[in-house]
Formats: sequence, structure tokens, C-alpha cells
Amino acid sequence: MLKKLFTFNGGVKPDYHKGESNHLPIAEAPLPAELVIPLHQSIGGVPHPLVHAGDAVKKGQLIGGPDGNVSSAVHASTSGLVKAVEMRLMPHTSGLSAPCVVIDPDGRDEWIEHAPVPWRSMSPGEIRDALRDAGVVGLGGAVFPSHLKVNPGKAGHLDTLVINGAECEPFITCDDMQMRERPEGIVKGAAILRDLTQAKQVLIGIEDNKPEAVAAMQAAVERLKTERIEVVAVPTRYPAGGAKQLIRVLTGIEVPHGKRSTDYGLQCFNTGTAYAVWEALELGRPLISRIVTVAGNVATARNFEVRFGTPMQDVIALCQPRPDSDRVIMGGPMMGYRMPAATVPVVKATNCILVGSKALFPPPPPEMPCIRCGECAKACPVDLQPFEMYWFSKAKIFGKAQEYSLFDCIECGCCAYVCPSRIPLVDYYRYAKSEIWARENEKTAADTARSRYEFRLAREEREKTEKAARLAAKAAETKAKLAAQAAANSDSGNSEKVGAGETAAANPQALIAAALARAQEQKAAAHPENTEQLSPETQTEIVEIEARRAKLREFAKAAQPHEDQ
Amino acid sequence: MIEAVFVMALGAVVLGAALGYASIKFKVEGDPLVEKIDAILPQTQCGQCGYPGCKPYAQAIAAGSAEINCCPPGGEEGIRKLADLLGREFKELSAEHGVEKAKSVAFIDENLCIGCTLCIQACPVDAIVGAAKQMHTIVATQCTGCELCLPPCPVDCIFMVPVAETVETWKWTYPIFEVKRAA
Repeated sequence: MLKKLFTFNGGVKPDYHKGESNHLPIAEAPLPAELVIPLHQSIGGVPHPLVHAGDAVKKGQLIGGPDGNVSSAVHASTSGLVKAVEMRLMPHTSGLSAPCVVIDPDGRDEWIEHAPVPWRSMSPGEIRDALRDAGVVGLGGAVFPSHLKVNPGKAGHLDTLVINGAECEPFITCDDMQMRERPEGIVKGAAILRDLTQAKQVLIGIEDNKPEAVAAMQAAVERLKTERIEVVAVPTRYPAGGAKQLIRVLTGIEVPHGKRSTDYGLQCFNTGTAYAVWEALELGRPLISRIVTVAGNVATARNFEVRFGTPMQDVIALCQPRPDSDRVIMGGPMMGYRMPAATVPVVKATNCILVGSKALFPPPPPEMPCIRCGECAKACPVDLQPFEMYWFSKAKIFGKAQEYSLFDCIECGCCAYVCPSRIPLVDYYRYAKSEIWARENEKTAADTARSRYEFRLAREEREKTEKAARLAAKAAETKAKLAAQAAANSDSGNSEKVGAGETAAANPQALIAAALARAQEQKAAAHPENTEQLSPETQTEIVEIEARRAKLREFAKAAQPHEDQ
Repeated sequence: MIEAVFVMALGAVVLGAALGYASIKFKVEGDPLVEKIDAILPQTQCGQCGYPGCKPYAQAIAAGSAEINCCPPGGEEGIRKLADLLGREFKELSAEHGVEKAKSVAFIDENLCIGCTLCIQACPVDAIVGAAKQMHTIVATQCTGCELCLPPCPVDCIFMVPVAETVETWKWTYPIFEVKRAA
């Protein structure tokens, strides 16, 4: 039966280069000399380190505890000794460092004790915690914590769960190879996700340029006899692997701006994520490695199962990079990020290590003025007006750029790909987005500061009035007391009573005298501290001291008249 | 003739009533201009402008008694925004009020702090935690970097630490391309 498919607007058909890396089976990357595992590998809070330098860790041991719910755990990817917890260069365009756990592998690669999670008898909340603690995040590249997406939505069930095996970016074949070699794990993971989200049907979308993967997945679904799971080949067009694009192709539903896909009974997971969910729940294995494509300017492009924390250069070296290689890109040529060095570690977001050279990716020709041809708008898969966003981003009029839905842009690069003036449009969007984020943060900080300052002023004012009220009340009380005293003193002469009270109130001398008397009273009432519950020894000691003191006092009394003489 | 006068008078009464109602119903509390200016100011409450806080400075600008270039933390961008809002001419930051610095937060050297609470009293946003004879510490996320805690400290144990750029706060740079002469 052929399923009716839909389409999205725009998109491009770049050179796919997929055949270079998908003819060899997945190989395991060897243990490196040193693993550098960044603590922050997912969207959300930075996990806090749970190990110190000198600790021995085992493979799969938790080394970074999730910080709150929007965060995901990080695990040691082999056994060994923790060398340090320190700042290391991150796989990020900025070239900045962040806290990492550096592990010296012992070569034994020894697993920590682990057991399957009895997820069928657990509540949804417990399953979500288990996924969070297993460090399962979206492996399509966005690394959003998966436990937050395992949610049947407001309706209590989903209509369609989409498993994304489209893998539309050129050069990348990690999902393709995983689907060919490990289809059962993916299908089982999809079935778990289906049960967790109460989805009525599961559609596994695979681009039709991967017929082997489609066949393998279909065979696995038939072999496992899983219900309500269907493998669908979708037309090959970049970016069919975008979550919203694939949802639209498979279901015809376009999730509008500002809405979540769950509002429409839809959710989307990557095939690699489904496999990781299966591993985490059925095998009890946390996420410690992933499949990475190494391609580009190398002699033998191939896929590797790489432990997180392995330096990229170690994996690249396995593929014999050509001598003219001059850059390393994480991700594909359309959406990838240039790495500051080849020494940065492989992380959960690393689906592809693309080795570049001037010959493979020639430097962009000079940027020409925008001629308003509208090609970018035709190519945009999100139906935006890239040229408008470009003008406003370039002119730094960020409010207007936002009005043109800058934040709906998925940075797929189609607009820049088709631009006849060769304008690096995505660079402008990234610049504008990060500026807007920074301003937003500054604004929130200023608003907090303002409200805290205003609260402080109000508090100071309140304290002042409270103090004044307290003093006034005390003064009134003293006045009344004195008046009463005066009245008591002049009990005999009624005629004097009123007069005495008045003079006492008016006379500060009398007030001072009264205060002194009160102080004396308090002093007399005060008794030594820590005298309750004494041990007999202390008691005898005190008695002895008191006796000595009494003696001394007598001495002093005896000596005084003597001195006087 | 009399009808015309009557109609005009009736019109005046009706419109007057409508305007009177509207002025009560849609009354704007406070000075919206002050609010707008205050929203542009950085809310460090540092007093470098010579006023006791951002709000008083905003009021002074709105009243026309203060220049728009007296706020060093707001920097050049702040002055440009104020100039845009008020239709005034852009001016360089006035040097007597200070210079624009990178954002920094206060840091208390806890080995030196004697717990005198003087900095707590000076902090305009209650970002210092501590008590008498107890060590004080700065809540870095709330600190505006106003430096008002520096002068009262009797043992000089407070330093300003510039906020370092992290992977999370890093910004993409404006795309600039080398201009080359065509061969």
C-alpha cells in the first residue's frame, strides 16, 4: 500500500556525497590516550561534576549529575582514572573552554554494574527520570533532552510519532548505517517510545536515497511483528530531515509559529535517539558513545562508533586525511560548525566530522549586493522571507528582523545556497539571533535589578515607619507607667496626683532615673550562663572557686583599712 | 435660531461628558516618559550620574534638567537609545561621570572579610548575603556591578571581577569580509 505523502515548500538538492562513507560497515574507534568529556553536552542546565581528580571510574559511571529537570546526565565512556576536572577547549565555534572531566583510560574498558530498567512497571515520571539519568538526548544534532519529549501531551495520547531517519544533509550517513546494521534496536526503541507517548501510529521516515536502510528497517518491523509501526520512504530533498519538514511530509500538518508539535498530537525523535532509548531501558546502558561519520577530504570515509570524549583528530586519523586538509567541521556542510581545533572531543551532538580543504570547500566568492530576486524566499522550507531578515539583521534593526519570524529560521542554509549574490545569509541570522538573546538577557537582568531595588526602597521605608511606631509605643508606655507610679506615690494627696504625673512626664530627669532603675533591675535579674545541668565535678570546681573568691574578698577587706592608714 | 443654539449647546454637553469620562476611564498613572527612559537605563543603581538611582535620573531627564550622556554603564548604546527616544542630539559620554567598562561583578575575599555588614547596607539590590560577624558573600547573578560596596569596606576585601565570556554567552560576530581589489 502506498501512503499518501505531502510536501513542503522550498528546499534544495545539493550534491549528496553519501556513497563515500556508506559502503564500509561501522567500525569501533579505538580507545584514545585520553578522554575529555565535556559536562555540558545537551540543551539546558550544566550538569555538576560528581567525580574528583584521582577517582577511579568505570565505563557507564555517572560523572555529571543533571542540574534540574531541563538537563541530562553525563557518563564515563570507559574505565580508568580521572586525571582532572578542568576547563578544556569545547567543540564550539567560539573556541572557548568549559568544564570537562579528563579520564586516563586503563584499557580494561570495564562496565559498571548495570541492569535493564523495569520500565513497564514504572510510572511515566520514573521512566523520564531514568532516561534523564541515562543521559539520553536527541542525537539528530539538537541534543534536546529526550525525557522532556516523552510526553503524551494534553490529550493523553499522540496521533503520530515520527521517527526521523531522513538524514538529509550531504556527507552524513551515520543514521543510514545504523538503520542498516542495527534496525532491530531502532524498531524496539520506537516501540518503547510508542508506548510511552501512547501514540496511535509510528511513522519511520527515511529519504528514498537510502533504499538499503528502508529495506532493513522494513524487514526488522516484519521480523519483530511490531504493531502500528510503518516505514515510509520520503522524497529526497534537503532539508526533509528537519523535524517540522518531515512531520509535514508524513502527515500534512504544518505546526504553526509558537505552537508545539504535541499540541497537534505529534512528536518526533531521531532514529539514533530511539536506539539510545532502547539501550537505556532494555539493556540499562547509559549513552556513552554514538555513531559518527568521518567524511570530506579523507582517503576512506567511514562511520565509527566513537566514545564521547575521544579527540576528533584520533578519529580523523583512522581515515587518512589528505595533506591539504585545513579545517574540521562538526555536522554537515550546510548546517555544520567549524571547530577551533582538531583536538576537540566528540560529544553527543557530533553526528559527523567533516574534514575540509580549500579544494573541497572553496572560499566563498565576494559578497555582492542583494538584488531582491526572491530566490531565497522560494528556497526557504519554513516559508520565511530571508531577504527581509537579512536586511534588518545587517542594519542591526533586530526588532524588525524578529517581526519577520527570525526565530522560526532553522538555519538550514538553503537561502545562502541559492543566493546568486553569494550572501552568507545564515551568518547574519546567527549574528542577529545571538544579539537578540544577549539583549533579552540584559533586559531580564535590568528588570530583576529594578524590582530588587524598588523592593529594597520599600523595605527601608517600612522599617523606618515600623521603628518610629515602636519607639512611639514605648514612649507612650513609659509615660503611662510613670503616671501610674506618680499616682501611687501620691496616694495620700489626691490633689497632687495629676500634677506629679505631669511633672514626671515632662521632666526628662525622672525618665532617665526610671530607665536607670530598670537597668539595675535587669542587671540584678541576670544570672550566670551555662549553670544548668552541671556535672558533679564542675559543681565542686565552682564551689572551690567561689570559696577562693570569698577568701580573697575577706583578704581585701582586711587589707583596705590597713592601706588607708 | 434658538434651535441652533440648543443643538450646539447639546453637542457641547455630550462631547464634554464623553471627554470627561474618557479622562477618568483612560487615565495614565505616572509619567509614561519616565517609564520609557527608565526602561532604557541599565538599572545598576550605581549613582554615577549624580542621582540616587536610575529612576531619579530618568525623572531628571524627563524634566529636562539632566543631560542624556551621564550614564557610564549604559554606554554609547544607551545614549543613542535615549537620543532616539527623546529626539535629542547624540552626545559622547561625559567624562566627569565615568567611563564605560566591561560588565563585572563584585567578589568578596572571604579570608579578609570581618563581617561588618557595611557593604550589605550599601548594596542597592540586596545582592550581598551575610550578618554581623559572619562572612559575607556576593550573589553573583544578582550583582549589577555598581561598585557601591567598594568604598564602605574597611578592610578592602571586595574586588570587581570582569564577567568572562562562556560558551553559553558567546555571540556570533557581525559577518565581515575582507575587501580585495579585483585583479
